[in-house]
Amino acid sequence: MPTITFVQPDGTATPVEAVEGESLMQAAINACIDGIVAECGGNCMCATCHVYVDAAGLPAMAEGEDALLDGAAAERRPNSRLACQIPVTPALDGITVDLPDRQL
Amino acid sequence: MTSPAPILHEAPVSDLDPFSLAYFDDPFPHMEALREAGPVVRLRRYGCWAVARHAEVHAVLSDWASFCSSRGVGLADFARETPWRPRSMILEADPPEHTRARAILARVLSPAAMKGLRERFAAAADRLVTGLAARGEIDGIADLAEAYPLSVFPDALGMPQEGREHALPYAAVVFNAFGPDNALRREALESSAPHLSWVADACRQEKLAPGGFGAQIHAAADAGEITRTEAELLTRSLFSAGLDTTVNGIGAALYCLGRFPDQYARLRADPALARAAFEEAVRFESPVQTFFRTTARPVRLGGIALEEGEKVLMFLGSANRDPRKWERPDEYDITRRGSGHVGFGNGVHMCVGQLLARLEGEAILQALARRVTAIEITGTPERRHNNTLRGLARLPLRLHAAAA
Ligand code: HEM
Ligand code: FES
Repeated sequence: MPTITFVQPDGTATPVEAVEGESLMQAAINACIDGIVAECGGNCMCATCHVYVDAAGLPAMAEGEDALLDGAAAERRPNSRLACQIPVTPALDGITVDLPDRQL
Repeated sequence: MTSPAPILHEAPVSDLDPFSLAYFDDPFPHMEALREAGPVVRLRRYGCWAVARHAEVHAVLSDWASFCSSRGVGLADFARETPWRPRSMILEADPPEHTRARAILARVLSPAAMKGLRERFAAAADRLVTGLAARGEIDGIADLAEAYPLSVFPDALGMPQEGREHALPYAAVVFNAFGPDNALRREALESSAPHLSWVADACRQEKLAPGGFGAQIHAAADAGEITRTEAELLTRSLFSAGLDTTVNGIGAALYCLGRFPDQYARLRADPALARAAFEEAVRFESPVQTFFRTTARPVRLGGIALEEGEKVLMFLGSANRDPRKWERPDEYDITRRGSGHVGFGNGVHMCVGQLLARLEGEAILQALARRVTAIEITGTPERRHNNTLRGLARLPLRLHAAAA
């Protein structure tokens, strides 16, 4: 199982064993990681699963995700993504995902 | 060698009428019986299928290609009977037609658009709650659950001032019409004419105030993305779905907070929990109780073979209380991680107004948390009966005002 490390704004890092095929959002929710809200349950409709992530092997961003990120509560950066739109794959093993200071 | 034929089971049959007044008055034991009967149950009375467990409700919501909306999301099958009103371009449509309409509403109701409304909505909530707290004795439905959305939503939409009293009765007709041909539906349709003609007229570009959601939808027609008639129909979707739903959502939250004083105390101690308290009320009461789908092809669900052209009734409210999905499902807990509830649906049709609903719910509960130390239910709540919406007609409350 790929290991994903979620890092809080204060630097606290929590490694999570993620299941292939689920999304980064689901992996975080299942592991009770604070800082991911996911109000829309992964339907790309709420922007409350905003994360900062740089990694090879991420899927390209679709138009809907791009538009939604403009409304995210925390600052949008070049590496901003919606965690529900990123499926966990073996290529993501070992990556670090930074959480924003707020989702709402 | 061919693989052996899959083993299909016989579905359990139920005589339940989930559109009866007795059901509306206490649906929870019936929901439990349906969930326990099996993943898919035959409703004899209506000749349709029912799903009441979270897993199957979620599965049906997620598979629009097998379970379509274009044949109506009520009991009536549009392939066999003419819809009572022109079909909705969004709710009663499938991709790709749905996708185009949805993109426009999603833009108008986006997170970025909500940021622009936040301050105004919070100020209106604070004004209303300050006045009600001073009064003390109130009807939680008329004075708060209805009064608040009425004070912000029609203006945000840009509804004409004249005739706004039609807005709630119109929505009641729409939501009753998803049900079977019972007294609720018949009476709603019989008295619907004045509401229908007001809404049809109010959706025209020249009637809608500049800057509102309606005007923004018509701007998409100006830009050639949709036709003028389509813009009117899409605006109508906001008249149908944008007001009565939040009234019942806020009513649900008040009813929950009145029954669970320990949860109100938590909210009072930390007003930042307001949004979560509203969300949990949407799970707990599920203001939108049910929607139908129609099978667009033969499909297997929960071990049962469904033919093409069959109606499937999804019990959203039951999925939100399914112990297979939720710990302590019958407890209202504002610190619960409720992500995955289906109170706003799921999949491509998941509520496009969910962010606006949450904005209203958060604003009003935050104002209460600041200005009211306790909410007390002082009389017997009266239920309002509707084929789709669950909510109260009256909720006598005493608000204990906080020292200014
Ligand atoms: C607590 C309040 C609300 C609840 C519980 C609620 C619930 C729902 C549900 C369950 C659906 C899914 C329908 C389906 O799958 O067939 C839905 C769709 C929809 N809702 Fe809401 N809703 C609420 C508030 C709003 C608001 C405020 C608006 C408009 C501003 C709105 C507009 C819509 C529209 C247009 C659709 C159709 C979306 C589509 O088919 O793609 N709703 N809502
Ligand atoms: S969970 Fe809502 S956008 Fe990702």
